[in-house]
Amino acid sequence: MSQKVFIAFQDNENARYLVEAISEDNPEAEIQYQPAMIRIQAEKRLVITRETMEEKLNRDWDVQEMLLDVISIGGNVDEDDDHFILSWNN
Amino acid sequence: MTATKKLNLKQKYQYLTRDMDWEPSYQKKSDIFPQEDFEGIKIVDWDGWEDPFRLTMDAYWKYQAEKEKKLYAIFDAFAQNNGHQNISDGRYVNSLKLFLSGVSPLEYAAFQGYAKVGRQFSGAGARVACQMQAIDELRHSQTQQHAMSHYNKHFNGLHDAPLMHDRVWFLSVPKSFFDDARSAGPFEFLTAISFSFEYVLTNLLFVPFMSGAAYNGDMATVTFGFSAQSDEARHMTLGLEIIKFLLEQHEDNVPIVQKWIDKWFWRGFRLLSLVSMMMDYMLPNKVMSWQEAWEVYYEQSGGALFKDLERYGIRPPKYQDVANAAKEHISHQLWSTFYQYGQATNFHTWIPKKEELDWLAEKYPNSFDKYYRPRFEHWDALQKKGERFYNPTLPQLCQVCQVPVLFTETDDPTAFSHRDTVYKEERYHFCSEACCEIFDNEPEKYIQAWLPVHQIYQGNCGGPDLPSVLSDYYHFNLGEDNLDFSGSPDEKRWNEIKGIKPLDKDDVA
Repeated sequence: MSQKVFIAFQDNENARYLVEAISEDNPEAEIQYQPAMIRIQAEKRLVITRETMEEKLNRDWDVQEMLLDVISIGGNVDEDDDHFILSWNN
Repeated sequence: MTATKKLNLKQKYQYLTRDMDWEPSYQKKSDIFPQEDFEGIKIVDWDGWEDPFRLTMDAYWKYQAEKEKKLYAIFDAFAQNNGHQNISDGRYVNSLKLFLSGVSPLEYAAFQGYAKVGRQFSGAGARVACQMQAIDELRHSQTQQHAMSHYNKHFNGLHDAPLMHDRVWFLSVPKSFFDDARSAGPFEFLTAISFSFEYVLTNLLFVPFMSGAAYNGDMATVTFGFSAQSDEARHMTLGLEIIKFLLEQHEDNVPIVQKWIDKWFWRGFRLLSLVSMMMDYMLPNKVMSWQEAWEVYYEQSGGALFKDLERYGIRPPKYQDVANAAKEHISHQLWSTFYQYGQATNFHTWIPKKEELDWLAEKYPNSFDKYYRPRFEHWDALQKKGERFYNPTLPQLCQVCQVPVLFTETDDPTAFSHRDTVYKEERYHFCSEACCEIFDNEPEKYIQAWLPVHQIYQGNCGGPDLPSVLSDYYHFNLGEDNLDFSGSPDEKRWNEIKGIKPLDKDDVA
């Protein structure tokens, strides 16, 4: 059975960079545009990397800044200073 | 000499949730946290509790303040620019009336619930998490009322939502859901609200419905919805962590938690039937059908989740298959019921327009044309003859979920699903096997249910007849808040905004 993790963001200026960074770090991820929101899903695992985001934004970026734009998530969360990871482990 | 170094996320969270806690010296722990044991949950080591977001208070205030600033800037812009004039259709506002009286008071109930249980855990990590969530929920309740106060200036039915929540017949469905969760023990409350409701089910309310609000031009609602939902992402994560924590602490917790999941999944599913109707019938511009939303947010996401939890010995909720099969039916059955009882609602009801009926037929190829369209067309014909149908009786309510007995059997969409049981020489009625089972497990809790229809018949809800119950006890303005959208003051006002002149006799050739 397919086991998708997902994350949804408000469709705003910040999200554009998040989507770019996520696409780069997770080439398999599927991006779905819906009214006012962007939903990204991937099989089993999805990662947001601080380093990639900082490259995209050309400034320092705190992983917790994503709390401002996130709408929903599905999967186990693991967050530290460098990553935000969603995964299903089974 | 040690150099001072900036703490990383993990260390900061560790300091907040562990090092600021202390062991009591002159009181017994069991006296300080008296509710921690009676449910049978065994906690071996509270240090196993981890908030994966590792949010500390300073970060919490910083990000929440930023969210509020963004949100209120949009509310101001919306009000200053008369945003209500740009929604898709005047009928849309009725979904907000249901939201404000049905959902926003739940945010307040959640605030009270988390404030209460947060006091009951001896683990500091759990206390901090509950405290943050209590503040979040209070924020949601406030922002929703602020957002909708603008609509209250222009449309009817929004004037007394908290009172209506406590009294109106169908609003006892959401109210009793939270009351029943809050009157359970602290671990059951977390399983009910944090896991079963927040993690498993709230996506269905806040994601596709709010996206729908955007699609219907309601900038204020989509913004508070998504702003609230950004907190929910944290709450959901916590809900999953709580379940894993309980399951990892002791194997004796597994059957207790499983039973709670079975119960609260079902209660949540019944509650969300209101959302199915909001999505399929009350959003004039449609984003996705309830069935599609259920498939993405429950069958797909829930499937992945329960597969992940298999390793703890947890299986999917007991009545999941019944809920999955009902996805083709519940929104139609519920809207039919509200249409019939439209004299007793704080929002307007209507027969969907031709293109909306066609959309429903396309989205529900197995059920809509066969079972539901003929009913709507029949009522539409009556309405065109000036005989708009209102059901003069009061519905029979389920003793557990308090939804009228209106849903049908899984294998026969023409037969009402109805169960009953006798307890202490009194007969009780239910909408389903699942609700009957919940009752059988806790009869002493559910015989106390405050069922609005029974209360009306007993004379506890104001005057002797339905109009006086509606006006005196529910605070409805009769002829303004209730009845069909067609011919309502809301419709007239909307037509004025849009410069739509109603046809009068002289216009008919």
